[in-house]
Parts: sequence; C-alpha cells; structure tokens
Amino acid sequence: MMGAEVRSDAMLELEAVKKSFGEGEARVEVLHGIDLRVRRGELVALVGPSGSGKSTLLNLIGLLDRATSGVLRVQGRDVAPLDDVALTKLRGEALGFVFQFHHLVPALSVVENVMMPAALKRGGFDAAMKARANALLEAVGLKGQGERLPRQLSGGMQQRVAVARALMNDPPLVLADEPTGNLDTQSSDQVFELLRERHRELGTAFVIVTHDPTLAARCERVVRLVDGRVVADGTPDEVLEDRRARKA
Amino acid sequence: MRLALHLAWRFLREGRAQSILILAGVTIGVAAYVFVSSIIASLQRDLLSRTLGTQAQIVVSPPEPEARALREDDTLIARRVEPPEPRRRPFDGWLRHVRALETTEGVSAVCPKVAGPALAGRGAAERAVLVVGADPSRLREIVDLASKMKDGAYRTGGDQALVGDGLADELGLRLGAPFRVTTDRGPTTLRVAGIFDSGAASLDDGWVVTSLRTAQTITGRPGDVTELDLRVDDVYEAESIAASIEARTGLEAVSWMERNRDLLTALKSQDQSSTMIRVFVMLAVAMGIASVLVVSVVQRRGQIGILRAIGASQRLVLGVFLLQGAIFGVIGALFGVALGAAFAKGLGNVTLFAIELEASILIGAASISLATGLVSALLPARRAARLDPAAAIRGDG
Ligand SMILES: Nc1ncnc2c1ncn2[C@@H]1O[C@H](COP(=O)(O)OP(=O)(O)O)[C@@H](O)[C@H]1O
Ligand SMILES: [Mg+2]
Repeated sequence: MMGAEVRSDAMLELEAVKKSFGEGEARVEVLHGIDLRVRRGELVALVGPSGSGKSTLLNLIGLLDRATSGVLRVQGRDVAPLDDVALTKLRGEALGFVFQFHHLVPALSVVENVMMPAALKRGGFDAAMKARANALLEAVGLKGQGERLPRQLSGGMQQRVAVARALMNDPPLVLADEPTGNLDTQSSDQVFELLRERHRELGTAFVIVTHDPTLAARCERVVRLVDGRVVADGTPDEVLEDRRARKA
Repeated sequence: MRLALHLAWRFLREGRAQSILILAGVTIGVAAYVFVSSIIASLQRDLLSRTLGTQAQIVVSPPEPEARALREDDTLIARRVEPPEPRRRPFDGWLRHVRALETTEGVSAVCPKVAGPALAGRGAAERAVLVVGADPSRLREIVDLASKMKDGAYRTGGDQALVGDGLADELGLRLGAPFRVTTDRGPTTLRVAGIFDSGAASLDDGWVVTSLRTAQTITGRPGDVTELDLRVDDVYEAESIAASIEARTGLEAVSWMERNRDLLTALKSQDQSSTMIRVFVMLAVAMGIASVLVVSVVQRRGQIGILRAIGASQRLVLGVFLLQGAIFGVIGALFGVALGAAFAKGLGNVTLFAIELEASILIGAASISLATGLVSALLPARRAARLDPAAAIRGDG
C-alpha cells in the first residue's frame, strides 16, 4: 500500500524506533518502538504525561540525537547513515525548532537570533536576511524590538522571537517542545495562533508537544504517548475523547 | 569565518568582565615578554657593539711557523727551534689574499693593516703606543673612528696622524702639533691631524693611526702588512667563516668569538634565561586563556546546543571558540606590545645603554601571543564542538 505517491507525501516516517539511555545495568529504554508518520503540512499535537518520552522523541525527530534502533526517515531519506555534517545541514534546511528551555542565544540581539538559521546556512548575514527577519518579528508582534537583547524581553516575547526564528528558513517541518509551557494563557494563545497561521498560510508541518488540552484540541491530529509508546493517534475528538473516557 | 568571528565577538561581549580580565592578563604577559626581550636584546647589542666596535671581527695573519726540531744527518741538534720573531714575519702575497677575501661569501669588508709597537713622545714625556697604518676608508669599515672624531679631521697620509684623546692629554698634543714616534728603526716625526674619542681606553690611550705607507716606513716593513682585518655580514658567523678561511688559504684566521669566549658564554646564558622567562610568561597566559574559555564553554552549553540545533556545524562551533582565543591573542598583543615597548623605552631613559625596540621582537611577541591564544583555545573549542546538542539543550550531560 506504500506507493511512491504516498511516500513523497511523507514528511516524517518512524518505524519501530527505540531509544535507550545509559549502559549495562543503568540502561533504560525510554522509547519502546514508535511507529509514526507525519505528512507534509500536518499540524500534530504530541501529548502525554510528564516523563513519557515526548522530548526524547522530538530530539530524535529533530536529528539532535540518534535512535538506538529502528528507522527514521526525513522527507523520505533514512538518516541513520548520515554523519554529523550531513545531519547538521539537513537540520538547518528542513527543520525549525522552538525549545522548551534556552529559547534564544542571549549573546545575540533579537534580530540576530531570528536571522541565525539563515546566516548559518549561508555563512554570514546579509541585508535581505535582515529584512526578512524584521518582517517575521513584525508578524509575531515584535516590530522594532530587533536590536534589543533577549533578556530585555518578557518570557512571552522571547518565545515569539523563537517562533520567528523557527520560521526563518521556511522549513517544511517545525518542532516545538511545549512552546507555551511557561506562558500565561494570553501569551500562550498568541504563540499558538502564530504557529497555526503559518501552518494555514504556508503549509508548514508542525509537531507540537503540549500539556494544554485546549491547544491540542485546536490541532488536526493528536498523538498520545504513554511510557514510551504511542497509545492513541487520531483527531482531537478521538484522542482527547479517549482521555476523557479513561478518566471517567 | 565571518559568522564565526561575529559569534566569537558576541560571546566575548556577553562575558565582558571575564573578557576584560583575561585581556588584561594577556596584555601584561605580552608586555613582560616584550620588555624582557627588548632589555636583554639591547643589553646584548650594547655589549657586542662595545666589543666589536674596537676590534676586527676576524683577523687574518700569516701562518705561525711551527716549532720543529732541528736535525742534521739524523743528529738532533736542537729539540725546538722557535719561530722567528712574529713582528718580522712577512705576509707573503697579502694583496692576492685581500682580493680573494673581498669576494668571500659573508665577508663585507677587508682592511690590510700594519700594526707595530712604538714609543710616542713629546719633550720628556713618552708613552708606549701601537702604530696602526691602514687606508682610512678601509679602516673605517673595521673600527669607526671617523664618527668619533673630537677634534680635527679623519685624515692620514705623510706625517699626518690620528691620536686618541687619552694620548693627546698625556703628551699634551694639540691639533697640528708635532710628536715623535720611535721604533728600533729610529725616531720619526708625525703631526696630529685629528683627535678621536672612541670610548675604548686601549685605543684612546694607545693608538697612533697613520696611512699604510707611513706605518710601513716607521715599522720597517716596506710593502708589507701584518694582518688583514675583516668585517662580516653576520657577527655570529665570524667563527665559521674564519675556520673556512683557514682551511682554504692556510692563513691564520681568528674570529672575535674566539677572542671573547667569556662574553659569548655570558650572552648565551642570558639568552637562555630570557627564553625561560618568556616561555613561563606565555605558559601562564595560555593557561589563563584556556581556563576562561573552558568556563565559557560550560556556561554556554545551552547556547551552543541551540546553535547546533538550528544548523551550526561542529566546525563553526570550533571556529567560534578558536577565534575567541585568537582575539584574546591579537588584542592582547596590540596592547601588550604597546605597553611593553613603553616600559622598555621608559627604562631606556634611566639605563646606561640605549634600549632599542626591534621589529623582530615586537612581531615575534605578537605572533607568539596569537599562537598562544589559538593553542590555548584548542581544548575548550574541541569540547564545545563535541557537545551533544540534545544534552546541551536539556541542560545535562
Ligand atoms: N539523557 C538521558 N539519560 C537518561 N534518561 C533520560 C535522558 N533523557 C530523558 N531520560 C528519561 O527518559 C524519560 C522521558 O523523558 P522525556 O523525553 O524528557 O519526557 P517528557 O518530555 O515526555 O516529559 C524520563 O524518564 C527521563 O528521565
Ligand atoms: Mg519534555
């Protein structure tokens, strides 16, 4: 059933992906065989209790860490044989990140932070880059804040800068690990809407880890992870209903 | 590279207090390096020029006839026959040797010279002197009296002679005054054409400089010379050049190095201690830079992880931290060279010898500073480049 057509549509494919940490006695398997496919342009929420392996999974997808076993394909390409240089290049071109902690590079100004993915790709800054970065800052409601340092901004503002940065290279897939985790409801709403807008306008695929069921409910698809296994995968109604059902 | 430099600069700016402290450390280290090197180089140059200013770098003379046993029909008549009196040894074919030596590699000047003992006198006063006869322009290349003239002109020929100010004082000689020079050939009258003050007592009190011809006449060596004085391009090559001249010509060639062993040994041990000081100073600088960068890498784990995640290669991260070391090295070199030079100049005003700043020392200090910056950044930079981005972002490992 996996025709070429279907495959070219796949942004991300995971087959029986396992991940363990530690050696020997101390060895702990965190992911016990994940099967997951994300198509181009999908908006996926990844939910699950704390410690279930969401960040670990996101790090694998983000090519920041390697799976212990199983197959991970990004845009149809198996990443296992790629060396660090190739992984870095793929990461810079195909992926955007919004992290849970350490959102921005504090040594760089806001606009430099936003430009950085493009600068890393090209090996330097240029005027067009800066114009685009400023446009993105404007889009996230931070017009005129470009020359400030991250620490001069509030947490919500920093998180929006991080979103602008994740979009800088127009990556086909953006990974966000609890992007609204530390924010109040209003800021959290703003940031989430930004992501959804991009998704609608540019067809960017998102995998968003979130604890917030109301945010998850606004995604097209929800994947629930429990103890390193996918226990539910479907529309918000299906998955979140499932949650309600279990609670009851 | 441009991006790496930008990031390196931003990191240094972010850790401003640390950056300034270590920069001060590098500056002081480089300044100490420049200061010590300049002082010692100047001291050595001063010692050398004092030594070499008043003597030939190589003196070539006819071979010493070997003492040999005198036999007749296998009967030993005398166990040793001493060589003839050195003064009377003729220098066969010296003109030919002058021409050959002039084209010898490494030799920059040749001065055929007659030197012989005499008594200089005026009235009742008499002093033992050395009559030195040579072509004035050639002699000047060996012992520069021309620039040390106190009175009169640097000119010889006929009865015109140059004397040192010490001898002039003792004999009460003024410009144009006649005086007597006596050898076993009898007395000759010369006139003072100029009075020099070379700073070396042996010359100022004991030399009577005349033309070659005049000295030949006074010492009874018509057409002959006693030695050929040589100057070489590199004074430290004098010994090997002298050896090769001896090997090639069979003449005796003695370099200043052979004549001043003690001085050379002193210079060498000075060199060694100056090298030690420099090595330890730069070692301290390197450790300072390395420790600051190690801390900086640890503090910036998160930032490095993020940069890696959004597309920074290991090479870029390596470059960013190497460049921080290089920036410490370069800026420290600029300030340090300026500071060290200023100190050395300042000290130069209160010492007896002139302190000159050699470009080679300044450039050397700057290059060593840069190299030290790079080398000391190597370890921290590798650590930074090898950080596991996932762990760095998580904030552990
Ligand atoms: N580097 C690591 N070494 C050892 N255990 C780890 C490491 N990273 C994560 N874990 C463990 O894996 C489990 C899942 O962690 P994580 O992926 O952060 O969960 P989540 O993001 O869903 O809260 C946790 O039990 C955590 O302790
Ligand atoms: Mg997590």
